[in-house]
Amino acid sequence: MFRRLPDLARPSVSFLLDGERAEGREGESVAASLLAAGRPVCRTMPVGGLPRGPFCMMGACFDCLVTIDGVGNRQGCLVSLREGMDVRTQDGRREIGR
Amino acid sequence: MRPRFALSSDRDNVRVGSGGGEARRRSVAEAPDLGPRKERMTERSCEIAVIGGGLVGIAIGYGLARPGRRVSVLDEGDRAFRASRGNFALVWVQGKGVGMPRYAAWTRHSSEVWAGFARELGEETGIDIAHRRPGGFALSLSEAELARRGALMERLMSQPGMEPYPYEFVGRNELRGTLPEIGPDVVGGYYCPLDGEVNSLRLLLALHTGFTRRGGTYAPGHAAARIAPQPGGGFRIETEGGAVAAERIVLAAGIGNARLAPMCGLRAAVRPQRGQVIVTEKAAPFLPYPMHTLRQTDEGGVMIGDSAEEAGADDARVRLGILGVEAERAARIFPHIGRLNVVRTWSALRVMTDDGFPIYDQSEAYPGAFLCTCHSGVTLAAAHAMTLAPMIAAGTLDPGLSGFSARRFDVPEAA
Repeated sequence: MFRRLPDLARPSVSFLLDGERAEGREGESVAASLLAAGRPVCRTMPVGGLPRGPFCMMGACFDCLVTIDGVGNRQGCLVSLREGMDVRTQDGRREIGR
Repeated sequence: MRPRFALSSDRDNVRVGSGGGEARRRSVAEAPDLGPRKERMTERSCEIAVIGGGLVGIAIGYGLARPGRRVSVLDEGDRAFRASRGNFALVWVQGKGVGMPRYAAWTRHSSEVWAGFARELGEETGIDIAHRRPGGFALSLSEAELARRGALMERLMSQPGMEPYPYEFVGRNELRGTLPEIGPDVVGGYYCPLDGEVNSLRLLLALHTGFTRRGGTYAPGHAAARIAPQPGGGFRIETEGGAVAAERIVLAAGIGNARLAPMCGLRAAVRPQRGQVIVTEKAAPFLPYPMHTLRQTDEGGVMIGDSAEEAGADDARVRLGILGVEAERAARIFPHIGRLNVVRTWSALRVMTDDGFPIYDQSEAYPGAFLCTCHSGVTLAAAHAMTLAPMIAAGTLDPGLSGFSARRFDVPEAA
């Protein structure tokens, strides 16, 4: 669905996506990496259960919430991808301890 | 779903209440043109007009519409101070009634009839108001605080005329078995099995829906400016949306009652008392019991606030700082809460009497006028709909409620 622009020849960054190894690019946001990895659905809504994915990519819509390194409800579009990051998609509500 | 109650058109031929001509039996919505006759003064009429469409007014309106009274609820617009949309949504018994055992009993009565009331509302409207009654905790963060809480409960229970209800002290170790997530600063607390909670926004919606479905007329944009008792009985209410005539009226206008009550021989010395609430993002369920300052809504958000009975003079002094104190205490009670994002904070105005207890009154000069004011519109919603409203429908407040009359404020301070 999404492809990176050809001039973005940045170094590759590997991270964990739901426990499996995934690849992104240095300097991009977690949300961008998910979209490029073909994983547009990053969470389900807490009340209605509908799927949601990154939309505004600028911190406004809160649709790109994911669990990053054990902390739930982080805005994927506002967090830069780092080597070895543990990114997990969220099923509904954030758990209290994470 | 087929309504189990009569449609309002079925009832229009039924004579209800005392007196009142044809014009008086028309609903507010119909607004007939009566031509140049003397009735022109009262274009619209109803049997009972409830002034105020918050939780107190609409619960009474619903309770009056249940037995088929022709009721209009005259309400302000969206800019009204609306404690019904800012409250903490507890159905709370524990600790209430020091100084007035009758209030403790009335609160308990409401909590007892709440489940049936919630079931009926849910069945009628299809709206899930998420009423639960698992019992509630009041947790303390220091031995001194715990001792104060214990003393309060003992003082409450040992009052003359008090009907004691079950509550228990829960020590820290036992507490950890029930609530494993509590923080190291929690020294213990008190549990009362009568306490519960509800989704109060959906409660307000369900009451409005149920009221309308039972034939009641809701009239927003009808803030009451003046109430004039009529010589032959009945009342004329001048509102921003026009005049309305009613055989009886119920003042349920919150803070507005203070201004309106003297117009019909009643009194309601009420003042606004601010309460502030914080709500976090939605989290997976972790808090199976409501607490007096902390609860998790059915949708997952954690509400952090302070209840009236715990807000001492020290807290009232601070304004902005209250939110910080509330948040800090919540994170000490459940450290995980400290990691949640806050999504909203707000304040709302409690409707407070001098002694903190409700006023239920019937005018001696104009017996068709009733008044209801309280700061626990959620907890008391069931009693207002199921117990108080039938008394108003019958025309007289039960003697058991006489202790709630504003006449109690007449006692001289130093005899």
